[in-house]
Amino acid sequence: MAFVVPKETYNGKVYEVEIGTGPRAVKIGGEATLPFLAFEGAVPNKPVIAYEIQDVPPEDWPQTIQEVYKDVSSDPAKWAKYCQDELGAQMIALRLIGTHPDRQNRSAEDAAKTVKDVLSAIDVPLIIMGSNNAEKDAQVLKSACDAASGKNCLIGKAQEANYKTVVASAMASGHKLIAMSDLDVNLAKQLNILITQMGFDKDKIVTDPMSSALGYGIEYTYSVMERIRSAALFQNDQTMAPPMVNDVGMYVWKVKETMAPEADQPAWGPVADRGIGWEATTAMGFLMAGSDLLIMRHPKAVETVRKMIDELV
Amino acid sequence: MALSGVEIFKHLPKTNCKKCGHPTCLAFAMKLAAKQATLDACPDASEEAKAFLGAASEPPIKGITIGAGDKALKVGEETVLFRHEKKFVNPCGFALLIKDTDADIEAKAKAVADSEIERVGQKLRVELIAVENASGDAGKFADAVKKAASAAPNAGVILVSSSKAALEAALPALAGKKPLIDGATAENADDMVALAKANGASLAVRADGLDALSALTEKITAGGFKDIVLDSGARKPKDMIEQYTQIRRAALKKGMKALGFPIISFAVNSDPFVEQALASVAVAKYASVVVLSDISKWKTLGLIALRQNLYTDPQVPMQVSQNVYKVGDASANAPLLITTNFSLTYFIVLGEVENSKVPSWLAVMETEGLSVLTAWAAGKFTAAKIAQYIQESGVESRISHKELIIPGYVAVLSGALEDKLPGWKITVGPREANALPAFLKNKTAAA
Ligand code: B12
Ligand code: SF4
Repeated sequence: MAFVVPKETYNGKVYEVEIGTGPRAVKIGGEATLPFLAFEGAVPNKPVIAYEIQDVPPEDWPQTIQEVYKDVSSDPAKWAKYCQDELGAQMIALRLIGTHPDRQNRSAEDAAKTVKDVLSAIDVPLIIMGSNNAEKDAQVLKSACDAASGKNCLIGKAQEANYKTVVASAMASGHKLIAMSDLDVNLAKQLNILITQMGFDKDKIVTDPMSSALGYGIEYTYSVMERIRSAALFQNDQTMAPPMVNDVGMYVWKVKETMAPEADQPAWGPVADRGIGWEATTAMGFLMAGSDLLIMRHPKAVETVRKMIDELV
Repeated sequence: MALSGVEIFKHLPKTNCKKCGHPTCLAFAMKLAAKQATLDACPDASEEAKAFLGAASEPPIKGITIGAGDKALKVGEETVLFRHEKKFVNPCGFALLIKDTDADIEAKAKAVADSEIERVGQKLRVELIAVENASGDAGKFADAVKKAASAAPNAGVILVSSSKAALEAALPALAGKKPLIDGATAENADDMVALAKANGASLAVRADGLDALSALTEKITAGGFKDIVLDSGARKPKDMIEQYTQIRRAALKKGMKALGFPIISFAVNSDPFVEQALASVAVAKYASVVVLSDISKWKTLGLIALRQNLYTDPQVPMQVSQNVYKVGDASANAPLLITTNFSLTYFIVLGEVENSKVPSWLAVMETEGLSVLTAWAAGKFTAAKIAQYIQESGVESRISHKELIIPGYVAVLSGALEDKLPGWKITVGPREANALPAFLKNKTAAA
């Protein structure tokens, strides 16, 4: 039996979404095949990694990662610029965590100012995320969207509980949108439908399937992503065809493996390497399942995954 | 590959003689397809039919065992391309590559022997050592293999050499240990097969590209040798994904026997982080043996977790049984904590309670294997259910106090729980389990 390359025929493809403006705008998605199988379908864009920064100093991040940004993290604009200029970030992801009522409870106006400051410091595309408090995010993201008007940002996250206001804000100022549901194929589909029913273009959505860290449920995210991608490609289900984003850093840098000192866990090796490896391995898992955009924290983990991406596409 | 009744029927005598106990050949074929009958019930089946159906009932990807005894590693026998279709069957093995020119062969082998880590109640480790004949010298190779095998007696051994003389020198030390010889190429296949047969070894077959590879395995299997592992020559992530996917598809979807074998992948890189990332690709995308050049603890921990995660059953979360567990030498006034029966949750919480060195009672409630928040959101970890469980568990007769510590993430339950458990004090614990040691120490210090 002679070997014939066993190819799949796909009926659909992933939407291509452009984020940012000017020469450094970035395109994600657009693939017409399962992850990295260029022998049977186009992979027009490489997956992109965005560096995560936040509006307030990252006091809740583990020491190993706080350390990296200690000279810049008190000022989001400086922090963003550092990631862009020194670390070569292709994209910045600003999390407005300080607006959470249980955190600093910063106002929507404060958030808008931060967004403006960050935008004027960088020319790579910006992702703007709320604090994941559905109620507060509705106000915060509205001001943030206005402040970033014309910059073609990626706004998130629209969830079942607050999608109406978030979608309206993103639509009014011409941004792209992250739609996040709770680790479930049908919920992801349903949310995309609800969003498009509001008149938001389906090719401006990026799906967040909800991430989970290596060792803490990554397999659930992995399979949900594989199923979403299969639905887009094999069944040509256009409600499942947005590119996918994974919020890697925030799930990784709170698990024990990225924090416990070697003295407490001698069988685990040095915490610095372990944390970097944990973030990179989690990201690699998502790439294998179809990720188009990764939000990450540690420069060394980013560098590792970028190397892989460059060899994969 | 599963055959349909109609496909099987084509190979039967079609006489409807009923000797098999079925009214027609077709009816019998249907039973065969459903695996409710075996072909030997038909006395008139041809040799051709036996060969055809015999081959069809073999798993599409052959199982291969490396090593002997209860620590032997079995790989292969995979049945799907995506884990959401069905559980991946045999977790891939990890191997540490040791060169016979290395100065620290014993230390490296020892690292393999000591690689065991416990995660979520499972004891996991690097199972294999791969000794490479980098020196080109037969005596040196044999020596290295002997050293490595005695320093890591439970590890399976891969002999990385294409030299007949070197392998002949090394193999006697591995008698009865089912090593994997890596291996065979188009040039030396006959010698290698003879060596593998004579020594009870399996054989990795290497060729560049799947055309050449399948031609070579076809030739080898035609001679009757089938304990094969495939090395497609892929060393870069793109080639790995493409070739391994094609191998798995060819075996599972096209029924291509020549590629129906487990894959060995050399995920070797001088940068340890890149090596870990490369190995993640191999683990996710169908490699059955992943060879590494370094097994630093931090690196192995991540890879072992990834393998464990991807090889779990997607339908059934790992669970532990409902019970009130005694942690340490808990007395009647030791603190009582409650959590859910998702393995991951249980083992994380148990680990932290143990870390605290505060003897405690840990009530594990059946929630169909869901985590705390998932169970709460699914209505399986509610105040009413927790109260009922506490009352029925008999824990009240084992402890002398009435205080229950609940997970911080379900702090909202505390009011309702106090209503439903009259006389009990509900204490909200920390959200993340890693804050438990401080929390428990504080508590006992205060008491
Ligand atoms: C994987 C996952 C799933 C898996 C289930 C995995 C499982 N076996 O439980 C699946 C996909 C099936 C699932 C389904 C659902 N999920 Co879900 N899921 C998750 C996810 C991503 C991870 C959960 C996990 O495994 N955590 C790890 C374990 C170890 O955490 P844990 O049990 O909480 O334990 C920690 C602490 O609680 C603490 N702890 C534990 N016990 C104790 C005890 C004491 C005394 C103390 C002090 C501390 C303590 O220690 C642990 C480590 O720190 C989370 C989001 C996230 N990233 O956390 C959402 C999440 C839990 N899910 C959520 C929801 C809503 C659901 C669904 C209802 C939605 C849906 N998709 O239909 C369903 C319900 C399932 C059902 N059968 O109906 C929500 C819950 C919302 C909320 N705030 O209540 C979450 C938080 C996601 C979100 N929206 O943010 N989910
Ligand atoms: S015994 Fe064989 S030939 Fe006879 S009916 Fe059964 S299958 Fe057909």
